[in-house]
Amino acid sequence: MSGTWREEFPVREGDERYVTRRQFARFLVLTSLAMFAGNVWILAKSWLGKPARSLDMAIPGAALLPVGGSVVFDYPEPGDPCLLIRRSDHEFVAFSQKCTHLSCAVYYAKDTDQIECPCHNGSFSPRDGRVLQGPPPRPLPRVILEKRGEQLIAVGMTTESEG
Amino acid sequence: MERDKRLPALNGALGLIVLLLVVQMWLLTATLESYLAGHKEAAVSGAVISAILFAACGGLYLFVGRVDRKSTGV
Repeated sequence: MSGTWREEFPVREGDERYVTRRQFARFLVLTSLAMFAGNVWILAKSWLGKPARSLDMAIPGAALLPVGGSVVFDYPEPGDPCLLIRRSDHEFVAFSQKCTHLSCAVYYAKDTDQIECPCHNGSFSPRDGRVLQGPPPRPLPRVILEKRGEQLIAVGMTTESEG
Repeated sequence: MERDKRLPALNGALGLIVLLLVVQMWLLTATLESYLAGHKEAAVSGAVISAILFAACGGLYLFVGRVDRKSTGV
């Protein structure tokens, strides 16, 4: 143990061990390799990632929602919260409830007619999910809705580029 | 290479590696941001450019090693 600290913090200047240029360059190149591996990982995710399933799911309680009201439901998988908003008698919109900044849960503020994130005061338009203010970098992913009879069905998700 | 030109060459090469690394870090975050926004086509160009930057860093590393060995003799 005492030998270790004597090596790390030598008394004599001549015993000091400095990082050589080659060691420093090797560290930088390994970091560069890690960055490249990150890019390859993103590429692999985009090629091998599961395609978005267009899973039809009836949204419970949609018909009972008052105008200006909102309800949270899970789509497309349990644990993927989405926000359904009734904007008028016949107009429903739904978005992912995860803020695109740091995944805080957003909510619909009826008085300002905005979808707001309480964490960093980001806000989104309830018309199309685009960012109105604050740090979120992207619009909210939108849930595609279809009305079948009395039921409101979620039929898929769309992101900024697909929308 | 002449002895008095070795040190500036080494410093320049190390500085260039750092610069390429900063660009590569920016590229990774930009590619991830694009991927999360649904622009999956950006992943291919991001990986290709990152590979080129990594190869450039590797080349500069070999250059640093060769010149440093000559100057130190180790």
